[in-house]
Amino acid sequence: MIEVRGLKKSFGSNVILDGVMFRIEKGESVVIIGRSGGGKSVLLKHLIGLLQPDAGQVLIEGEDIVPMNERELLRVRRKFGMLFQGAALFDSMTVAENVGFAFRRDRSLPEQEVRRKVAEVLEMVDLPGTEDKKPAELSGGMKKRVGLARAIIYQPAIVLYDEPTTGLDPMAADSIDHLILRVRDRLDVTTVVVTHDMRSTRRLGQRIMMLHNKRIYATGTPDQMFQSEDPIVRRFIEGVSDPKELYF
Amino acid sequence: MKQRSNHWLAEWLEGLGRITLLAKESVHSLFTLKVAWRDLLYQIYFVGVKSQSVVLITGAFTGMVLAAQTYIQFHKVKMDTATLAVVSVSMCSELGPVLTGLMLAGRVGAAIAAELGTMRVTEQIDALRTLATHPVDYLVVPRLLALHIAVPALTAESMSVGIGAGYVVGVYWGGIDPVYLWYNMLRYTDPSEVIVGMIKALVFGGIVAMIGCYKGMSCGEGAEGVGRATTEAVVYSSITILITNFFLTLALGKIFHTL
Repeated sequence: MIEVRGLKKSFGSNVILDGVMFRIEKGESVVIIGRSGGGKSVLLKHLIGLLQPDAGQVLIEGEDIVPMNERELLRVRRKFGMLFQGAALFDSMTVAENVGFAFRRDRSLPEQEVRRKVAEVLEMVDLPGTEDKKPAELSGGMKKRVGLARAIIYQPAIVLYDEPTTGLDPMAADSIDHLILRVRDRLDVTTVVVTHDMRSTRRLGQRIMMLHNKRIYATGTPDQMFQSEDPIVRRFIEGVSDPKELYF
Repeated sequence: MKQRSNHWLAEWLEGLGRITLLAKESVHSLFTLKVAWRDLLYQIYFVGVKSQSVVLITGAFTGMVLAAQTYIQFHKVKMDTATLAVVSVSMCSELGPVLTGLMLAGRVGAAIAAELGTMRVTEQIDALRTLATHPVDYLVVPRLLALHIAVPALTAESMSVGIGAGYVVGVYWGGIDPVYLWYNMLRYTDPSEVIVGMIKALVFGGIVAMIGCYKGMSCGEGAEGVGRATTEAVVYSSITILITNFFLTLALGKIFHTL
């Protein structure tokens, strides 16, 4: 379903990704872990064509999206839903306008049907009756739920999550994890999660990929990764810093 | 020093290229897209209605000071009754469109750059793209159309108010005969002056919209990036309006004088 071949990306002289390769099958749930600033979000944005690589291929259902222009990419992006780190809600709109945005833009459904779908998807993310609220009135966890409702309303085949639990308290993070699992099971979607939250990683991933040193360093099932003897994987999973390195 | 100026030139040319591509994409979208009337009307309201006070005050006081200065000079050579003609020609072909353009560069260009810049740094523009919406269709085209509609209307308003204010100064402060003042204004103001002013207003509207949108959509990270984009949008729009005005005056003058 998703295949990345030899992906390279630099910002100026700063090399972020250097020959990243992996494949994600339909319906799979993959978690990408790695250090902050290590290029996880950059990698995720390449999957949906928000960033253009310097070299390499990104194949979505066998179609290379790298040479596509922005208008051609719009067609491919209909297969995706994405939850951003800060939810990225449109702050001038209400929750209902945010969630129903895609349908209202392409005018494919009558207004009544859009309203019904918005209510249905808000129910699914446990936020019924919040249609008229503005994003500024919502807590961090609620914003992420609305962001997720907006991403899944048109039932995409692939849902991407960029650090879905970052900035949330442990209970809110736990409920977002449950929500991601509920969306995966109910909508039967391919799930790609970028995170450095180890609890989420264990819970959400059928397969875990670790991005290290600009490449996919290790990959395996949660059990394989959490029992790995590799010192770099171990140190990351256990959150042990190297005294020779600076982490700020 | 040479390296720095080469770097600056390369950056400037890159910016020019990017804004040209944005303009090309906007024109393509303008002719192929179904206009979202609600968005367009909101933008016309924001640009047109909300700019009333700025445009009226600028137009009125420019007309008044121009009338006062012209009267003082013309009175020495007994040409008082030509005062309003000078005000009228200046307001129609130069001051009306240029001052309206500059005021809107400050008010609307800055607001566009700040709004789009904030949307960019909070990933709202990326979110639009993931919702299969082209940012140019949704963000640039309604603003471009709104400015193309509102700036000529505001310029016409500025011209009328400027001439009216000049008339009041000429009659009540200068004591000029109102009939001759009005007659000479009509006699020496060619309709082509108004057309030139309207063409300029149309161009200036496009400049404010394109530079505001470009600076907002390409702004740097964080509050500093948004601040810089806003300042640059105002400065670059204003300078571009002033430079473009000179060349438009030459080109349109040539066209209308040969007709």
